[in-house]
Amino acid sequence: MLDVALPLTIVNPTPSWNPLEDLAVLFHYDFMVHAFQAGTIVAIVAGSIGYFVVLRGSSFAAHALSHIGFAGAAGAVVAGLSPVVGLLAFTLGSGVAIGALGNRLRGRDVTIGIVLAWTLGLGVLFISLYRGYATEAYALLFGEILGISERDVLVTLVAGVITIVALVTVYRPLLFSSVDEELASAKGVPVTGLSIVFMAILAVAVTEAVQVVGVLLIFALIVTPAAIAIRFTSHPPHAIGIGVGLALLFTWLGLSIAYFSPHPVSFFITSLAFATYVGVRLSEPVRRALR
Amino acid sequence: MILGLLPPAGGRLEVFGRMPRRGDPTIGYIPQRPGFDPELSIRGRDFVGLGVDGWQWGVRLVGRAEAMAAADASIDSVGAREYANQPLGRLSGGEQQRLLLAQALVGSPRLLLMDEPLSHLDIRNQRTIVQLIREVARRRGLTVLLIGHDVNPLLPHVDHVLYVAAGKIAMGTPDEIITTERLSEIYSAPVEVIQDSHGRVFVVGLEEETSHPHA
Repeated sequence: MLDVALPLTIVNPTPSWNPLEDLAVLFHYDFMVHAFQAGTIVAIVAGSIGYFVVLRGSSFAAHALSHIGFAGAAGAVVAGLSPVVGLLAFTLGSGVAIGALGNRLRGRDVTIGIVLAWTLGLGVLFISLYRGYATEAYALLFGEILGISERDVLVTLVAGVITIVALVTVYRPLLFSSVDEELASAKGVPVTGLSIVFMAILAVAVTEAVQVVGVLLIFALIVTPAAIAIRFTSHPPHAIGIGVGLALLFTWLGLSIAYFSPHPVSFFITSLAFATYVGVRLSEPVRRALR
Repeated sequence: MILGLLPPAGGRLEVFGRMPRRGDPTIGYIPQRPGFDPELSIRGRDFVGLGVDGWQWGVRLVGRAEAMAAADASIDSVGAREYANQPLGRLSGGEQQRLLLAQALVGSPRLLLMDEPLSHLDIRNQRTIVQLIREVARRRGLTVLLIGHDVNPLLPHVDHVLYVAAGKIAMGTPDEIITTERLSEIYSAPVEVIQDSHGRVFVVGLEEETSHPHA
């Protein structure tokens, strides 16, 4: 996924403003088709799990996972392995550890932050040990969706299906324990086990999303769409639906705009997410007044 | 222990003739909590719905209508319909407590277990919640077991009290236990039980440090 250089040699196309023609141009190159395929899978996964991340108040943990994963990915590169292997190993390991802490995690921001800063430092060391320094680090930190191969798309699809199936399987008890852990526990929900499973699912989702937006910008696809969705509805299935829809919209639009511009995809995806969030927050007093 | 979360340190405990187990449908439970996180974005109705089948795996594929009907009936029985579609985190303490009660009642339990149900409510809400609990208990023939630090709002409604203080316990009807002599003895500190002009009984600690009776 990360070992293909940016196709910088392509001359930047200009939009014709004829939608059909532009779409044909957009899907002319394989790398764009792959980017759209992987982006779509990642958006669906990120949008769905995002609701639970926001509901459980574990957005900082999600962020931490991706940073810890950065060290793993960089380490794997140094060891001559695929960065995805290191990324997955580190996010899964730390995810299970954070999950085992359960709700006791609340208020542990300081501890997580300290571990996070250290692992980022480790990542920097690993990256400096590797010769391909700049491009590898850049791809890990900010995403490299335009360098995705057909095989990567397949791997992403398999991982995506696994995360969605896992999420559907634990849906109700996860929702219950996210709202009230003590109550869910009294009703027989294995809350600690569920917390670990959730963080493991999140680790896989984060690993996937890193391809698109990189470790630093993971918030834009996992947290922001869900954070916007809950401002419109507090009915969980609707919130998840809106979150997925927004994640898809940001990814598709970001990819399309980036294709016709010299600027990176991640910038457009994160900016679209940010602008939408700000717009929704600012329009809230107006919408309330109209009601 | 009644919920099956902790094993007893000694002795034997039975709930309706059975060993305590987690997820017992005959018990409705309201944990002690300082109110839900204001950002918690789930409708009261969906929360009460989780009381129907929230511990089962997967998504609710069949029986959605039945589950929501049961949730709605429970919400109506505690008079919380008005705000049941609003996010739980945005509701007041009294409204949240009503929805917690609806959630606990949704499976038609025989025993209602409440940990400090009044502790985060103002005086007006304390009174309405106590009256609501009593009314629901009478109507459904429920046994209600509740824990409270402040006994005064509860006193007019309880049948039995169990005092636990400083390693001593006392159990009986309020008339037997709630007396100046017995309570001072249990707490090893001066406690006064007074009666107002309406015949209501109040427990008052005579010194600041002793004003935390356990009911």
